[in-house]
Order: sequence, then C-alpha cells, then structure tokens
Amino acid sequence: MAAKKSVPVRKIAPEAGPVAKNARTWKFGDDIDTDAIIPGRFLTINNPDELAKHAFEGTRDEYAKKVKPGDVIVGGRNFGCGSSREHAPLALVGGGVKVVVAQSFARIFFRNSVNVGVLPIVCPDADKIADGAAIRLDIKEGFIEADNKKYAIEPVPEFMQGIIDAGGLVEYAKNLKETPACTR
Amino acid sequence: MAATIVEKIFSKKCGREIRAGEVVMAPLDGAMIHDITGPLAIQKFYEMGGKTVFDKKRVIMLFDHQIPADSIEAANNHVYMRKFAAEQDIHNYDINEGVCHQVTIEKGRAAPGEIVVGADSHTCMYGAAGAFATGIGSTDMGFALKFGALYFKVPETIRAEVSGKFPRRVGAKDLILAIAHDIGADGATYKAIEFTGKTVRKLDMAGRMTLCNMAIEMGGKAGIVAPDKVTWEYMKGRRKMRPFALDSDADATFAEKRSYDVSDLEPQVAVPHNVDTGVPVSKVAGTHVDQVFIGSCTNGRFEDLKEAAEVLGKKKFSPKIRTIIIPASRDEYLKTLKAGLIEKFVKAGALVEAPCCGPCMGGAFGLIAPGEVSLSTSNRNFKGRQGSTDGKVYLCSPATAAASAITGEITDPREV
Repeated sequence: MAAKKSVPVRKIAPEAGPVAKNARTWKFGDDIDTDAIIPGRFLTINNPDELAKHAFEGTRDEYAKKVKPGDVIVGGRNFGCGSSREHAPLALVGGGVKVVVAQSFARIFFRNSVNVGVLPIVCPDADKIADGAAIRLDIKEGFIEADNKKYAIEPVPEFMQGIIDAGGLVEYAKNLKETPACTR
Repeated sequence: MAATIVEKIFSKKCGREIRAGEVVMAPLDGAMIHDITGPLAIQKFYEMGGKTVFDKKRVIMLFDHQIPADSIEAANNHVYMRKFAAEQDIHNYDINEGVCHQVTIEKGRAAPGEIVVGADSHTCMYGAAGAFATGIGSTDMGFALKFGALYFKVPETIRAEVSGKFPRRVGAKDLILAIAHDIGADGATYKAIEFTGKTVRKLDMAGRMTLCNMAIEMGGKAGIVAPDKVTWEYMKGRRKMRPFALDSDADATFAEKRSYDVSDLEPQVAVPHNVDTGVPVSKVAGTHVDQVFIGSCTNGRFEDLKEAAEVLGKKKFSPKIRTIIIPASRDEYLKTLKAGLIEKFVKAGALVEAPCCGPCMGGAFGLIAPGEVSLSTSNRNFKGRQGSTDGKVYLCSPATAAASAITGEITDPREV
C-alpha cells in the first residue's frame, strides 16, 4: 500500500528519531501484547532506564542485554495490544528505541508511544522485514529500507503530528495556554 | 440526522453534530487513576505544569493492583498517590473498596451519556452504565487531569445484536468469548462495540459489565449498552439523574452489524495465549489445571460468585489444586458474605481474598510457575500474564471455573 499523498508529511521532532546509522531490527510477530513488552510484576518501576532492563523479559531475553540506542522494533499486526500501561513504550525509550514499525498497532499503545516520544510507523509489509536487518527510515519520502529493500509506510494521523512535532504530549501541553475543550 | 449512541454522546458534549472519524477535543465527566498507572499520570500532570486538577469532584483514585502493598516500591507509589489526593482534595478510595472499574460504576462515577476516561484498558466496562468510557495511558491522563478534556477520534460502531435464551450454565462470559473469537483480537481496533438485542436487554448489570469489559480484547475503544430500565434502576441511589432516552438510530451508519444467537451456545474457554481463541469447553475438557481464579473486574460480582456456588453445590474444591476466589469490590464481598457464600467457599477449600485484582495481572500474588496451568475468569491469557511465560492461562466463565475447581481439570459446568 502506498503512502497517502493527501496528508502532508512533516518533520519528526528530533526527540522522536532518528534511527541510528548502524541500527538493526528486532523482529516480533502478531499480537505482541504490553504484558510481553513489560510484564506486570515490573510495573512498580516508573523509570525508563530501569524498565528497559526488563523489556521483553521471558519473551525474548537477549533483547534487554543487546538492544542499542537507535535500534528499531518491528512487529506484525496489532502490536502493543492489551494493557494501557505506558511502561511499555517507556521500556523501549529506556533502551534508546525511538521507532516501532508494525503492520498495525493497538490503539492505546499507538497513542502512548506518540505521547512519550516513540514514533509508531504503520508499514503494511512489516512482516516481510527480517530480524537483525539493517534499517533506514525516510519519513519524507514515505518508506523504510531494510536489508536494501524498500517498504512503503503510512503517514501518521494528522492530528497527532502536532504532538510528534512537539516531541511528545508533555511538551505539547506545556505550550497550551488555555483549556482547549469544546463546549461542555 | 441518524447517529450511533457514541456519536450522540460526543455531539451532546460538544454542542454540534459529530460523526465517527472526526477528531475532537471533548470535555470529560470523569477520570480514574489506580496504583499502577497513577504515579506516572501524576508525574506527567506536574511535568505539563499542572497545579490543580480540572475538577476535584470528577477525579477519583483507588488502589487495587498491588494491595495491601506487596513491596516497598508499591508502598512508595501508594504514598506518592495519597499525597497527591490530599493536596488536590480528590476522592481516594485507597485500598478499601476493590477493583477500580467495579468501584467506579458502583459509586455512580460513570453514568449514561457521560464521557469517562480511566488509566486502565478495561475502563471500557463503564459502557454497561451507558457511558462512553475508554482506557488511556498515563501521559494522556496527565493531560486529562490538567485540562478536563482529551483528544478523541470518534469511533465507528460495530453493532452486535444478540438473540436467544442462554442455556443453563451459559452466560455473558461465554457470549463475549464467542464474540471475541468471531471478531478477533484486533477486529474492533479504533471502534466501539454496541451490544444490543433482546438477550442484552434481559441481561442484568453484572452481565452487561462482563460484555463491555472485554471490548478492549478485540481492540475496541469502548463497549456500550444503550441505557434502559435495568440501567436506570441501577443508577438509583448512585446518581441523581432523570432517565432519558439514548440509543443508536436504526438507520445510523455502523462499521458493521453482527448477530449472535445464544440458544445453542456452549460454555466457552479461551485457550493460551490469546483471548480470541475461544472454543467450546468440550474441546479442552480434561485439561489439567493447577490454579483456578474466580474474580476480577470481568467476573468478580455477586452474580458470578452465586453462579459458582450453585455449581459447587455440596461438593468440595479439589485439594490437589489452588482455588482462589476474590469478590470485585467491598459491596460485592458483603453481598457474598451475607448470602453465606464466603463460608461455603472457604469450607469447600477455597482461598477467599479481600477485593483486589488478585492473580489477573500477575503482579501481586497468585503467580504461576513454569509449566503450570491457570484457569481464570479474568480477561487476559497472554503469555506470562499470570506469572511464568512458561505457564498457561485459560479463560472461562465462573460456572466453568467452579466446575473445573471441583475436578481439578477443565470441566463442562453442565456435567457436575
């Protein structure tokens, strides 16, 4: 599926990227739930660096030891389903991961990721990307390149771009001067 | 112009006609935080420059996941939250009332036509009270606490029309497991699921809560049941509200319509490690279990425990396994106690705990070891959800759980 041209593609805030030059992919399958990303017994921890030590514990134990800043998580369908725990994207942030590519995302994880400065990228062909692949992201042109093959990506929903541009919801909210609600 | 319940709720709140797909900053009627996601939400609230919450009467706090504090870290989180509650003068139910979602509805903190958010994915349960309710992350909650509003992409609605009479020992949990199997783990992503039809109309609030609770297991943003006599009767004494009509128009635009007939529905069991894997109990009958958990926001109400007690009859729970029973709230606990069921469960060999999330989240107690099997009335059976990633979790109804706790293996509740 080609990226929709009608939505303007804007810059990603520096906080949300970039993918490191020597980045590798960490490939996961369909329906990766937030319990797999960070198990419930670690949720008393709120510090991203500490959470990162337990990311994917029991699911893929070598991840926490070997992940490098700028690496990219690649998932299949419904990535981040289940619990609303923001500890899940935070556990990725703690390991220096700023980009997750998947065929589709669960709604809360998608939003939490944007809010904490992780860029969730929808790539309909993400399942074709290999584990450990060299990866490069070109938001402007709307594709990712993994092991020298190009895959189209979808633009981020327009209303979320402002939050991404700000580097997350906290920074975005700091700039809001008044209660922005529609009439009660 | 024809509209779904969800579109009507957003239109009313925003004072203009709103349809699915629109992105709106909508005002909030309520916000709930608990001991796991609350500390981060409070932290984000402050980081955003928050000084006072948008409306202290609309924010509630309670602890349910790790209570009484099971670690110094948990105790510290509780202290941090209590301090925030005192500073902001918001209602803190602390460790005293039970599982957040049950308590929120019981205390009248979610009502027909309202928009309520909770920092927990199963917030969608308040749709049983006719509210649009959805789970959000901690940063969104920080924003919600500060501004009393949040961005929503107004969801399309899947209308699930249910007909037929439930066979004996088959109920709402079996239905929602069957629906999850049909729709799939991501079949309702970004959508609301509206439960309707004669069978839903006849369901009590407990059953409706079970249905709406599990909308998220299909990726749903919300589950909702149009308020009716049952809803308004439940709201009495909880909220001073005059009943009003709120239902989807027949000619509203739905993402899709699905119909279900429960007349021949068998008890369902979701097998590891996904929720949309429901099969008739007969397919997995005889599977050995090590632990049975009856409780949680999905199935910890008096009606659920009564059903379990009926299945138990004069029998005992198998001494070879652990049977853990946890009412969802103080009110449900008291109802169960007064009906004599707590004594019955204890005498039958169960461990009955005070209201909390219990083994559901695999964070506090009741964790399973590698190779062990848990049968649970809760809502998730993900790998590692209740402890070891080398363990297995099956999901079922209170009736099936009770029957299986008697025999020590997965058992059809119609056969005990």
